[in-house]
Amino acid sequence: MKTIKQPQSWGRYPSVEHTQVETVYWRSELPDIAHDEQSVLPFGYGRSYGDSCLNEGGISIDVSHLRRFISFDEEQGILCCEAGVSLAEVLELAVPRGWFIPVSPGTKFVSVGGAIANDVHGKNHHRAGTFGCHVTRFELLRSNGERLICSPQKNVDLFRATIGGLGLTGIILWAEFQLKPIVNPYIDMEHIRFSSLDEFVQISAEADRKYDYTVSWVDILIGGKELCRGIFMAGNNNASRELAAKKPKKKLSLVVPFDFPSFVLNPLTVRSFNELYYHSQLSKRVHKVVHYEPFFYPLDSIHEWNRMYGKQGFLQYQFVVPFENGFEAMREILGRIRQSGEGSFLTVLKTFGDIKSPGMLSFPRPGLTLALDFAYGGQKTLQLLDDLDKVVRESGGAVYPAKDARMSAESFQAFFPRWQEFVQYVDPHFSSSFWRRVSQESFSKRLVTV
Amino acid sequence: MRVMIIGATSAIAHETAKCYAQEGAELFLVARSAARLDDISNDLKVRGAKRIETFVLDVNDLERHEEMLDTAITTLDGIDAVLIAHGTLGDQQKCQQSVSETLKEFQTNCLSVISLLTLLANYFEQQRRGCIAVISSVAGDRGRQSNYVYGSSKAAVTAFLQGLRGRLAKSGVAVVTIKPGFVDTPMTAHVKKGLLFASARTVGEGTYKAMKARKEVVYLPSFWRLIMFIVKSIPEPIFKKLSI
Repeated sequence: MKTIKQPQSWGRYPSVEHTQVETVYWRSELPDIAHDEQSVLPFGYGRSYGDSCLNEGGISIDVSHLRRFISFDEEQGILCCEAGVSLAEVLELAVPRGWFIPVSPGTKFVSVGGAIANDVHGKNHHRAGTFGCHVTRFELLRSNGERLICSPQKNVDLFRATIGGLGLTGIILWAEFQLKPIVNPYIDMEHIRFSSLDEFVQISAEADRKYDYTVSWVDILIGGKELCRGIFMAGNNNASRELAAKKPKKKLSLVVPFDFPSFVLNPLTVRSFNELYYHSQLSKRVHKVVHYEPFFYPLDSIHEWNRMYGKQGFLQYQFVVPFENGFEAMREILGRIRQSGEGSFLTVLKTFGDIKSPGMLSFPRPGLTLALDFAYGGQKTLQLLDDLDKVVRESGGAVYPAKDARMSAESFQAFFPRWQEFVQYVDPHFSSSFWRRVSQESFSKRLVTV
Repeated sequence: MRVMIIGATSAIAHETAKCYAQEGAELFLVARSAARLDDISNDLKVRGAKRIETFVLDVNDLERHEEMLDTAITTLDGIDAVLIAHGTLGDQQKCQQSVSETLKEFQTNCLSVISLLTLLANYFEQQRRGCIAVISSVAGDRGRQSNYVYGSSKAAVTAFLQGLRGRLAKSGVAVVTIKPGFVDTPMTAHVKKGLLFASARTVGEGTYKAMKARKEVVYLPSFWRLIMFIVKSIPEPIFKKLSI
């Protein structure tokens, strides 16, 4: 079955043409990938930012209709569902029954398959690792028609390659994962204002011990030796039985109705926003009990917020630098961004813990991670990000493929030294725009000869 | 609540069934493919259905309608509500070239429904309570040159339900005609989606609410009532010149 709507990623850059979109509706009626003339790539809700979910000139396989639950062990909290089920749907089902998703990215509108393929992380990385750490098994469809159950015991290599494998090892048809018990849907939250990177590190060390969830909003445009200021947000699941019955206030959901003109987001508006946001919290520390929705998904209440960046789209940039040598790199990067005059509307800073993911190409590793977005401004933006890549590389860090649309093969291969081990598990009929760029043979050969 | 759903693997019916599952209903699901039925019943079980029974049936196998209904009544120990949701959106061009294609459309969308309704009406009339809902279509409101085979098969269903509603009103049985507009489902996968398209979830939940409220005729989403009012009021001499 064919439809005509071109798949797009969340950053809306790049915009590419696929020759065809094949839709999978049922697990009992699967496409015959081996006979497809071009390479294929599964696609869910297009929430990865760059080109890792795109397959220019190839076939996109829409798996978003595989969205049924299969089984739920309410005693143990083990949920099994088709890969196109969104985390929003999992929450809708699980929260009233006293369970929560083990790891939650910044939006709940991602599919379970996508959460595995990108091995997503969340505010509790220091406590729980990545999403892949909680996956007990899944079924993988390979292009030769084989359907393999992969788990930490069975087809282990494919299990490890598929977690964080960017959809290149086959199509995940369903997955089973462990949920986390909760008493009610509320979060005990603390906001702490900080005025320098050093202070962030200090607060972070203390809060990571006390809280399951931590993340910070930062303003990186202030300059000086403070480097940044911001608001540290920490939380734990609330444990009061009385609150379990309390209904959350209905919040209006907004939609960005059209593409904003490109001048709306500029260094001046971003600076003003930062100023307002930073000072909106008057005291140093604020305690509150809030519903999980605004705590985990503040942006989900503004549908299609990506349109704020206008038609030309935007680039997300998330990197991690290790704790040792990381601060110098962070200082260098923040300095370069400030000099460039590119404004990032929403900048998020967090520490990653040392819980290892089973995923071969998993992105998180112990250190400081910063996520920013840049309106796409052509060569200028691309050059800046290339320069930043270099700093990250030298520090021994990495850039997040799920948010990337431009990293070079050289950078990718340095960030993910296990990529060659991964290559042998890539399904021969699968490819993506991202993969063709970063796995360029020419470069890897050069590496050998150098 | 004991609910029978025919065409249970259709996207709209599945959404309605999710609502019933959430309230802990007992469901009797009927569809053509055993594998698809399996997927749907697992999903509904997880969502809270108290009990699920399935029956594999090609609705065009009219001779098995009675057996199916008897099985439903015995296994669930009675039925409180029925939703008939199966249908096909045939190719108008092909139908124009082929009598058998045209009759096939009528067979699936109209005759099989009328057969089921005849049996169900007698059961519910005797029981003197309950609700029968059928997914018809806005396409049945007026024949259009682009889609009149499908449209007229739905028009027959709509008129049949109108009459049945009067007959069963005396026995306290509600007859609900659901008229969805364009819905984004596998049935319309090949059609380019515009602003008028609603999600299967919207229409499925609307169907559930209409059944609960024992409504008569429901347009889903409701703006289609206005659109169809306008479409119906265009004089025939003008309408025949419109290429819709």
